Amino acid sequence: MDEKVYGWWLPPDVSVHGAKIDQLITVLHWFMLLLFVGWGAFFVWTLFKYRAREGHKAIYAPVAAVATKYIEGAVVVVEVFLLFGLSTPVWLAYKNNPPNDAEAVHIRVVAEQFAWNFHYPGKDKKFGSGKLDLIGGDNPLGLDPEDKDGKDDIVTINQLHIPVHKPVYVEVSSKDVIRAFNIPVLRVKQDTIPGQKIPIWFEATAPGHYEIACAQLCGLGHYRMRADVLIDTPEDYAKWEAENAPPPQEAPAAAAPDTAPDNTPAPEKK
Amino acid sequence: MNPTTTPTATGNGHAHDHDHGHDLERHGHHELPFWRKYIFSVDHKVIGIQYAVTALFFLLFGFSLMMIMRWQLAYPGQPLPLFGKLLGETAMPGGVMAPEFYNQLGAMHGTIMVFLGVVPLAVGGFGNFVMPLQIGAPDMAFPRINLASYWIFLPGCILMMAGFFMPGGAAQSGWTSYPPLSDIATSGQTVWCLAMVLIITSSLLGSINFIVTIVQMRAKGLTFWRLPFFVHAQLVTSFLLLLAFPPLEAATVMQLMDRLAGTSFFLPSGLVVSGEQLKVAGGGSPLLWQHLFWFLAHPEVYVLILPAMGIVAEVVANNTRKPLWGYRLLVYSVIFLGFMSFVVWAHHMFMTGMGTTMSTFFQTTTMIISIPSVVILTCFIMSLYGGAIRFNTPMLFATAFLPMFAIGGLTGLPLGLTASDIYLHDTFYVIGHFHYVVAPGTLFALFAGIYYWYPKATGRQMNATLGKLHFWFSFVAINFVFMPMFFQGMAGLSRRLYDPTVYAHGRGVQALNVVISMGAWGLGLAQIFFIINFFMSLKNGARVTENPWNATTLEWAAPSPPGHGNFLTEPIVYREPYEYSVPGHANDYSPQFKAEG
Repeated sequence: MDEKVYGWWLPPDVSVHGAKIDQLITVLHWFMLLLFVGWGAFFVWTLFKYRAREGHKAIYAPVAAVATKYIEGAVVVVEVFLLFGLSTPVWLAYKNNPPNDAEAVHIRVVAEQFAWNFHYPGKDKKFGSGKLDLIGGDNPLGLDPEDKDGKDDIVTINQLHIPVHKPVYVEVSSKDVIRAFNIPVLRVKQDTIPGQKIPIWFEATAPGHYEIACAQLCGLGHYRMRADVLIDTPEDYAKWEAENAPPPQEAPAAAAPDTAPDNTPAPEKK
Repeated sequence: MNPTTTPTATGNGHAHDHDHGHDLERHGHHELPFWRKYIFSVDHKVIGIQYAVTALFFLLFGFSLMMIMRWQLAYPGQPLPLFGKLLGETAMPGGVMAPEFYNQLGAMHGTIMVFLGVVPLAVGGFGNFVMPLQIGAPDMAFPRINLASYWIFLPGCILMMAGFFMPGGAAQSGWTSYPPLSDIATSGQTVWCLAMVLIITSSLLGSINFIVTIVQMRAKGLTFWRLPFFVHAQLVTSFLLLLAFPPLEAATVMQLMDRLAGTSFFLPSGLVVSGEQLKVAGGGSPLLWQHLFWFLAHPEVYVLILPAMGIVAEVVANNTRKPLWGYRLLVYSVIFLGFMSFVVWAHHMFMTGMGTTMSTFFQTTTMIISIPSVVILTCFIMSLYGGAIRFNTPMLFATAFLPMFAIGGLTGLPLGLTASDIYLHDTFYVIGHFHYVVAPGTLFALFAGIYYWYPKATGRQMNATLGKLHFWFSFVAINFVFMPMFFQGMAGLSRRLYDPTVYAHGRGVQALNVVISMGAWGLGLAQIFFIINFFMSLKNGARVTENPWNATTLEWAAPSPPGHGNFLTEPIVYREPYEYSVPGHANDYSPQFKAEG
């Protein structure tokens, strides 16, 4: 991972939707700086000019300050623009337009104290179902071995692989407490609420190796709720998927040669 | 003022140091025993000072917790010199802070600063001491309720501290105490809930008392448009406390039930903690708590800032020697702020996955609420314009409040807008933002208030040199504490991290953590000037008469310190609160209580 990308300002943005968020943040800070420097200059000048001294008297009659009305008016206009011109459209466009279901990569994120579980549906694009009673050390999601949808599922811990230039549709949830799934470079943040599956989506624009952080206090290990996100080229992603696909379970030795290696159907047996 | 209401309320036989000249029959002339006069007192001034001293102690204590945390943040995993060993092996094994202990310090810092520090000082302390004096009342409308308020508050504070001695330590789920984390936390959280119930009850008793007092007990001639701005601010604050705290009290009891009685108000079905299914009924909602909590905690932000604005208004008017600019505009603005503060709470919850209609509504209300804040700031700056500004210690703190509050307010914009909040939510940017509002904002205003009203409370001035040292060192140090946090937040660093260097983006801004910690410890040292000044001036401060600042409002008509019953003669109000430098008058101040200016 390249440490040098992280500095004292926004880290690089490698997401499709992030540019507009960054633009808003930048515009806001110029606006804030302008207001503060303007106010501040007038403020300091006033403090100096109207300091108490020999022969200087305060002015009783209130000054008719027309300028302040214009400034306040301008602040309102700018805020309306920020609200309805920049922020709301970006937010609505992002939140109301989930990616086309067919082409998106579907992933489920299940957080627990203190790890991120990533659940991929595998080749059949169907998530295997889980059962509470089955949750255990080697089965953090309680996946049901009886469920054929789950046979080819991939589960990783603290390592999220996603392909570049492909929309990723993630449902986040949590087994125990609330936390926030946060990928700074992808401008992604979503609270994970136990009992809810909350959908989010993003699309990476460049390959790379970055960090996933937890943004909501989740217990004594909150600080180490760190995971890696690996944005892979399509080839790398396919390779990773192939390498991590679970081997056909308990397939009878005789049946194995008959199944095509590239499109292994879940063994019918048992 | 209605003298018939007080005799029954103040009860039988209170001693007083001064002759009142009115209502003599309602006071006995024997001295009260010490414990009735200074401990279980019904005098609003004694209660105000009790609140203020308690709150100042907790502000120092809460700040000390943070100074310990700042060691771990600046030098993660290194043993804390000197104090490390003293805090015990569970909290600091080998002198190195444990993550659980870090979370306890964080949760308790927030809780203490807000509920045991700033609010009790701003409302319980200044509100109790100053407000009845400013309206020309002999006491609060319900002095015994006032007494009850403090004596419910203090056990609440002690109970909150007791949390540190529970097995597993104090509450450690943040001052926000989000369930399910808080529901499954160690027993310190139970103590937190119980203490909060007491503290909230105390606040409710105080707020109803304030409202009745301001409405019923104003001196003759003191119309609403002649009230000092501080009283308006306290009135709005009291309504906020009265209306916003009950939902949190209910929610806290619900959390207590979840923890003790096996209910599942905030626990959904199917929770699995450390590989074990949680044996609870389930079916609850963790988000319900957040709604109830923020329904209080957002108005609470205005409970923190409005009394501070009130103090700044008093100090600015007095030291610019001219009337406040836009007094009525200021009053309308705080009323509007108070009203709007009830409909912005869900901007704390933009990342919970709420629908876009909801979030658009709440970001719109959030932008609307920024407008009265801009108006208030403008009024204060325009109040300086044309003045003859005296830079005494209270004025230095009040002056510094303005740009600090401006930074705090402006940096609220990117957090209040949903799109930019995606990135900045729950980062150090948030910490920088609200601390600018509360620390160099509210706390500076509260310091201004202490330096300003200390002569009224004690009859002596605080030392000006120590005051100026306190101001300048604090002002410089505090900006080293909170300004770098915006950069850490922009870098994406999450809040509440025991060790930020776990993250590469945290390592990128780790140097700033050293700067911040140095700033925090420097800020701690700067408070020594204040502590020395506060106690030394009790004995050595220059004696003052009733009106040392040549001020105009009613509290300066009473002796310094005022005796029981406050005023020697019943005050009558003749004019607006801030008649400074009236043309054609000999003095540059025309007090409300003098027939001829």
